[in-house]
Amino acid sequence: MTVFGIILSAILTDNFVLSKFMGCCPFLGVSKEIPSSLGMGAAVIFVMLCSTAITYPVYVLLLMPLGLEYLQTIAFILIIAVFVQLVEIAVRRLLPPLYRALGIYLPLITTNCAVLGVTILNVDLFAASDSFLGGYLRALLYAGCAGIGFTLALLLFAGVRSRLESADIPEAFRGVPSTLIAASIVSMSFLAFNGIG
Amino acid sequence: MPDSKQPTLWHEFHKGILRENPNLIGLLGMCPVLAITQEAKNALGMGLATTFVLIGSNFVISLLRRLIPPSVKLPAYIVIIAGFVTLTEFLLHGFRPELYSALGTFLSLITVNCIILGRAEVFASKNNVLRSVLDGIGMGLGFTLALLLVSSFREILGAGTWFGLSVTGEYHIPVLTLAPGGFFALGCVIAVIHRLVHKEPPQNIGCRSCPLADSCAASKGGCSQ
Repeated sequence: MTVFGIILSAILTDNFVLSKFMGCCPFLGVSKEIPSSLGMGAAVIFVMLCSTAITYPVYVLLLMPLGLEYLQTIAFILIIAVFVQLVEIAVRRLLPPLYRALGIYLPLITTNCAVLGVTILNVDLFAASDSFLGGYLRALLYAGCAGIGFTLALLLFAGVRSRLESADIPEAFRGVPSTLIAASIVSMSFLAFNGIG
Repeated sequence: MPDSKQPTLWHEFHKGILRENPNLIGLLGMCPVLAITQEAKNALGMGLATTFVLIGSNFVISLLRRLIPPSVKLPAYIVIIAGFVTLTEFLLHGFRPELYSALGTFLSLITVNCIILGRAEVFASKNNVLRSVLDGIGMGLGFTLALLLVSSFREILGAGTWFGLSVTGEYHIPVLTLAPGGFFALGCVIAVIHRLVHKEPPQNIGCRSCPLADSCAASKGGCSQ
């Protein structure tokens, strides 16, 4: 994959939330207001980048030479859980203002399938590449762009939802059902990017 | 605890199927219900794989409930669940390779399905083994039911087939098998099920029975407000 192709597919054509359906819970849960969506998005970009930075070398340099590829699920989720816990402790002690802005979203991210998903996809996509460094840099780029795509979807949807609050919706569809149908329409707009992938 | 105060075993089993359905009523584990529901066949496979992991993790966590210290319970639960997911991956890879490739990444992502962690935290860590296993079977079947309903909706209307059998022939709406159709079908199914069970659709996603509700943004203005 070319660099431009990675950026385009991770942000638009294969958007993590709207076409891969990863990370739907925070997408539907935290997208009520734009500030909280931005906080969640920034936290997800950070965790995606850092967990890829750790899991990719662990897979390529440790699990692959030993023939232990099947341990990837256990290894990756443990790395993510431990890492998120450490970051939470560090940010709470060292940077209280940042903690108030982003830290509250961190525990939610441990069980966010977008984060585990991006580490597994990165290994699937790039672990077979010729040079370790080339694959590593591509994986990091993909992780960063996937996070940006997640944030983009969250922000767009927060805008739609604030309008939805005042709309006149049939009784049975108020609340979650109408939110899901609005998500379907936002996702349809991303479908249009398929032609350029 | 006297037996009269505990719910019956039958209640532990059947509550998860409709009344406390983890997905349609509890609104947990939305990702697989949106992603693996283009075809009813794969949805059934995903549901049964998740049920297997749920029964296994409920069983082990219930056995170990007095041994796991509260401070490390989350990592401990996650490792137990990931172990069962890896086992499931092996079994499917060996016996159902076509299902294994159809589920792809989402098979590994069973690990972070909040239903499983939620049942571990809410139920298996507080109840005995028999009850936990029954709860796992019921919740797993409820989740499978949700997957089946959404996938039937999408496959019949979107592709004109059901489990690969032709139903409506050439008349179908292809967009339902694409990404937007997932959100649309789940929205409709949730609206109908709530009409039948609770009569009022839920206002917020997931946080009521979310395992991380205590520690996450929910109580401080994230999810629920």
